[in-house]
Formats: sequence, C-alpha cells, structure tokens
Amino acid sequence: MTDAAELKRRTAELLAAHPLATTDRLDFLKARFDAGLAWVHYPQGLGGLNAPRSLQAVVDAELEAAGAPDNDPRRNGIGLGMAAPTILRYGTEEQKQRFLRPLWVGEEVWCQLFSEPGAGSDLAALGTRAVREGDSWVVNGQKVWTSGAHNSRWAILIARTDPDVPKHAGITYFLCDMTDPGVEVRPLRQITGEAEFNEVFLTDVRIPDTCRLGEVGDGWKVAQTTLNNERVAIGGMRLPREGGMIGPVSKTWRERPELRTQDLHQRLLKLWVDSEVARLTAERLRQQLVAGQPGPEGAGMKLAFARLNQEISGLEVEVRGEEGLLYDDWTLRRPELVDFTGRDAGYRYLRSKGNSIEGGTSEVLLNIVAERVLGLPAEPRTDKDVAWKDLSR
Amino acid sequence: MSAQPDLLYSEEEEALRAAVRDLLADHCDAPGVIARTESDTPHDLAAWKALADGMGLAGLLVPEDKGGQGATHREAAVVLEELGRAVAPVPYLTSAVVATEALLACDADELLAELASGRKTGALAVSLSVAPGGAYKVVRHEGGALHGELTAIADAQGADVLLVPADDGGLYAVDATSATVTPQVAFDLTRPLATVTLDGARGRLLGDAEVAVHRALRAGAGLLASEQLGLAEWTLTETVRYLKERKQFNRPVGGFQALKHRLAQLWLEVVNLRAAARNAADALATGADADVAVAVAQAYAASVAVHAAEEALQLHAGIGMTWEHPVHLYLKRAKADSIAYGTAGAHRARLAELVDLQAP
Repeated sequence: MTDAAELKRRTAELLAAHPLATTDRLDFLKARFDAGLAWVHYPQGLGGLNAPRSLQAVVDAELEAAGAPDNDPRRNGIGLGMAAPTILRYGTEEQKQRFLRPLWVGEEVWCQLFSEPGAGSDLAALGTRAVREGDSWVVNGQKVWTSGAHNSRWAILIARTDPDVPKHAGITYFLCDMTDPGVEVRPLRQITGEAEFNEVFLTDVRIPDTCRLGEVGDGWKVAQTTLNNERVAIGGMRLPREGGMIGPVSKTWRERPELRTQDLHQRLLKLWVDSEVARLTAERLRQQLVAGQPGPEGAGMKLAFARLNQEISGLEVEVRGEEGLLYDDWTLRRPELVDFTGRDAGYRYLRSKGNSIEGGTSEVLLNIVAERVLGLPAEPRTDKDVAWKDLSR
Repeated sequence: MSAQPDLLYSEEEEALRAAVRDLLADHCDAPGVIARTESDTPHDLAAWKALADGMGLAGLLVPEDKGGQGATHREAAVVLEELGRAVAPVPYLTSAVVATEALLACDADELLAELASGRKTGALAVSLSVAPGGAYKVVRHEGGALHGELTAIADAQGADVLLVPADDGGLYAVDATSATVTPQVAFDLTRPLATVTLDGARGRLLGDAEVAVHRALRAGAGLLASEQLGLAEWTLTETVRYLKERKQFNRPVGGFQALKHRLAQLWLEVVNLRAAARNAADALATGADADVAVAVAQAYAASVAVHAAEEALQLHAGIGMTWEHPVHLYLKRAKADSIAYGTAGAHRARLAELVDLQAP
C-alpha cells in the first residue's frame, strides 16, 4: 500500500534526479509521469502507483512547494477529465501506452466529437457514419459544439457503425487523428461574439481499426464512462464563500454605493443566500464523497449552478446601470481557455446562458433527478426497439 | 473564515434519528395529531414524556454537570427534523431549545436541571414572531411584582414556568400558576399560542434579558431550519409516493413531465436546505460563524418549507384540501414557521450587515 510518506519520498527522489534549474519543463513532466506521480491512482507504468486518489494532493502540494512546473491541466480538460479515464478503462495495452503519456504531459491536447446538429439531448440518435474498409474505418458526418478542436491533436469520437439496429446498439467509439486531411474545423461564433466552440466536418476520414476503443457496437457503453467523468468533474470542487458568480457583483456592490437601489438590494441578498446555500450543498457533497457515502446530491448541483449563474449575472448587468448598456468587445476571438466569471457582466450574462444547455440541458437533468432519485415513471420511449435508420428525423 | 463545518450526520446522530422516528410512529400518527388539534390538551403529553423523560432528549443542550446530556445543537437538530416530519405537538423547540438556551445564559442551575430532566417545561415569554436581535415587548416591574400582557407566546399553555423579560432589563422566572395563560386561536394547529397576563405576579430574577433572549432566539431560529427541513422532506416524500400510486388518464400521475420537473426542483430545494440546516446546527455547536450560518439558514428555509407544503397540497389536489388529510397540518406549520423567530426578510437584513452588503 502506497501511503503519504512513501509518496513524499518518491516526490523528493524525482526532484533530486531532475533538478528544476537544469531540467526542461516537458522533460520534467515526462519524468514525473514515469515515476508514477502524474495521477497516483492510475496503474504503475501509466503514470500512477495504484495509490488512493485522495493522495494526489500530497504529491501536488510537494511539487508546488518546490516550484515544479505542472501540466497546465486547464489546457487539456477534455483529455485529462474525459478521454484518459475512458482509454484507461477500455483501451488496449498498446493504446494506453501510446496515448496516456503525451496526453498527461500536454504534448497532445484532446477534444470531443460527440454532439451533432441532429443529436443533442438525444445523443444516441447520432448520424455520423463509420464504414469498415479492410483495416480501417471511413468516417463521414458533422459534429458540433467542439471546444478546442482547433488546438487539438486527437479527438474522442462516437459514430454509427450499424444503422440496422436500435440506436444505442449501433454505435462505436474511436480515437480520431485531428490532422487527417478529411477533418475540417470551422469556428462557431456564439452570442458572446467569440468562437469558443467549433463545427467539425468529417469527410472520408480514415481511422485505423487500432484506434477503435472497445468492441464494435459497444460505443454507447464506452461513452458512458466519458460522460460520467464529465459529471464527476463538475461536482466535488471546494469553493470559498463568494467564490463563484456572486463574487464580482458583491465586490461591485461594496465599491460602488452610487449604484445601489432598494430593489437591487433585495434581489442581491436573495441571490447571495442562494449562492451560499449552493456552496454549502457542494461542500456537503464533497464531504460525502470523502467519507465514501456518495449521495444523489451531485445530480442537482449542475442545475443549481446553471440557474444561479444566469440569475446573478443578469442582476449584475442591471446593477451597473448605464454601464449595463455597454459591452466590452464583440470581436470574433477564439479563446483557448474559458472563464465563466471572466470579462464583463454582459459577457458573463450571455455566456452563462449556455450553462443550462452544455453537458446536459436542465430539462434532461430534471428528468434524470425525477426518475433516478425520486423513482418516478420514465418518459415514454417510442424509439427503443426501432432500427436507427427507421427513426423519424 | 473558520474551519469547514461538518455537514454530515454521524452514526450516533443517525441512531438517534431512528429512535425518535420509531417513538413518533407509535405516538404521533396523523389521525391522532389531527384529532388532538380540537381537544383540550393541544400537546401530546405521552409523546413528550417518552422523548423528554424516557430518552432524555430535553437535556441535550445542557452540560452533564448541570443535569443534562451534554450533547450539542447537532443532535437537537436531528430530533427537530423528526419532530418536523411528524408535525409532532410537543414543546421541544420552545422548552428544550429556546427556554433552555435562555437559562444557559443566566445563573439558573436549578431550573435548568428541571427543564433538562423533562420534569418541567418552560416557555420564553417573547412573541414567536421576534427575530434574534429584534425588539420584543416587556412587562412592567414594580415593587417586586410584574404587570403586563404578552401575546403569541408559543407553548405557554401547559408550560410550568414562564421566562418573562421586564422593563428593568431583567429576565424573570414566573410560575405558570401565578400568571393567566389564555389560548389564542393559532394558524398553526400543532404549536399552540397563548396570551400571558401578569397582574402583580412574583418573579425570580434570572439574569440579563437582552443577552438571554438573543441567545435563545438565535438558537431557536437556527434549529427551526431543521424542523423546516423535516416538514419539507415529509411533504416531498409523501407527494412522490402518492403520485406513483394515483392514476388518471390510465397512467400514474407522477409520470407526467410537468409534475416530474416540479418534484425534481423541490427535491433540489430540500437538498439545499439540508446543507443550510446542518451548517446552522454545526455552527451553533462550535460557535464559529454562527450569526451568518443562522441568518443564511433562516433566509432560505421558509420558502422551501412553504413551497414543499404548497406543492404537496396542489399535487394531492382534492384530497389535499380536506381536513382529514394531514397535508394541511404541514402547510399551516410551514407558513407559521416562515414568521417564527423572524421572517426570511428580517434575516436577510441582518445578513446585509454581517457580510457587508449594505442597503442604499
């Protein structure tokens, strides 16, 4: 069993063998991966030591104290948070060896090719086709809402390999090389003016069968690992009081007494209370996870934060009075990182409209809570036993 | 800011919950509670004796060397969740929390031990509507005797001793036998209110009223959130159960998406209230950040408990409008609780001071 003392010893060894002053950033990260200190809960040889996940904090703290470079995880959120756990669970030994190291050190950034214009909430209805030709698959279709596609080397992709069976059964999961000449990435400009997402057009993209993840037709099952990890990433964070969207408007309120009105005051206080309670709920969820008693509370957190972000940023635009009539910049830009609480109130208001759509709409999440937590009857399913090709669209 | 609050329930707290729930299942079934609302004894004395005397719960907040159990607000909050779930007509919040906290702020060990043992019950003679730090009515202290009338005193009926604030700044213990306690017709059928009239009654000075009343009302407000959580949880659970069973248009009513979404929203509110109520109870127990924690819980709890009860009534539809179905007991308690120990608005105003979000 690897304990905290052992991890501290190994971290000290890493630092001794690769002095920060003389070691290149990428070389240090590779050495860290090879020492099993990248993600300690991963297996040995794949960046980990089979240690408890909670001990990662010990390593991170030691390395931060030493001033070591990190792998800039925000640049590769989809790779680290979604692609990696799926490759770990379903990948062949070769795939794990090939992909996990460059992914973790950040040499290869990943994006996600899941949503399509015709498959949003009903993701399993997706129509991008993958047809087998010898040792390869030929892929044609269109994906959308792909963050970071323009910076990505690889993508996780789900595509239809059998149109003659019901929709969930005919999907296969692939790892797609974004440098293939058939991949075309076009910025998708959104209401904020910037293009944080892309449309991705796939025309005769050739994917070798060695880049298939899981069995043919098992793609929906494999994708569940990806999507469950998306929800884990959303819960489980620890926020200080006023740590979220309520922070900037509270600061403005304190610094700008001339903006205050009775009506705004009442609304601000109410949202401040709602934010503090949501923060406590997230903290309670975190404590449950640490204690090994995960509750169903996580299902509600995204719903709560979506509503709060929208209402608070909406109030903040009004608090600013005349300045609320202005916007900081409509220029089309392609940001590498997205900060929901960044830029001006107007931007925050517009960007937060996506919070109740991305990663599962609030309407779908309410169904999930009603059915899985409260045990209410499921929605009628008319598509269950129908071949995908016969679905109405 | 303080260390992180413990927002979970310990194994001991869960065991306490199970024991209280068992006891209430035996004593406080809904038809019995409804029948009692129109009887001469508004309190369920058998249930109270079993809780206070049998289980020793009246003394949770009192240290062991003063005759209590030496537990904390965390355990008392669990008891209140269960009492809320059953809308149990017992003077727990008023005697074992509010009056007890007032005595803990005074030099009143003998009386404290009597309340802790459950041998006597006490009621703080401050209107149920007063928020912590809010203005309250006092009686006149003249020549060693007390004169005056106080209204909306919760659970004064049946109390053995009244804790009365007077115009000299003192808090006095008055035997109920030397006061006139007149029942008022209360909106909440399960928490009786009364007028207390003192006409030359003798009182024993306990200590400083302002300090004692503030401490008592703060604990009352903070732990009321746990009672409101219990109310909300029962109404949600019962409504979900009913809607899985109730069929219209040849299907369970709970399968209609319009209703599923409303119930899911309500569930989310209850989950939030649990965190806020646990936080208030933990803060009262540790003393850290208690003013903010209580104000946050009370600024949030009332709307959830009332919303849950209102949804329960609407979704039960016709049967929910009957005297026979218990949902009205929960609605009445929830609505009265939204005024008890200060409205959400009063607590928000307090928060504006505490977290420096000043009014214009």
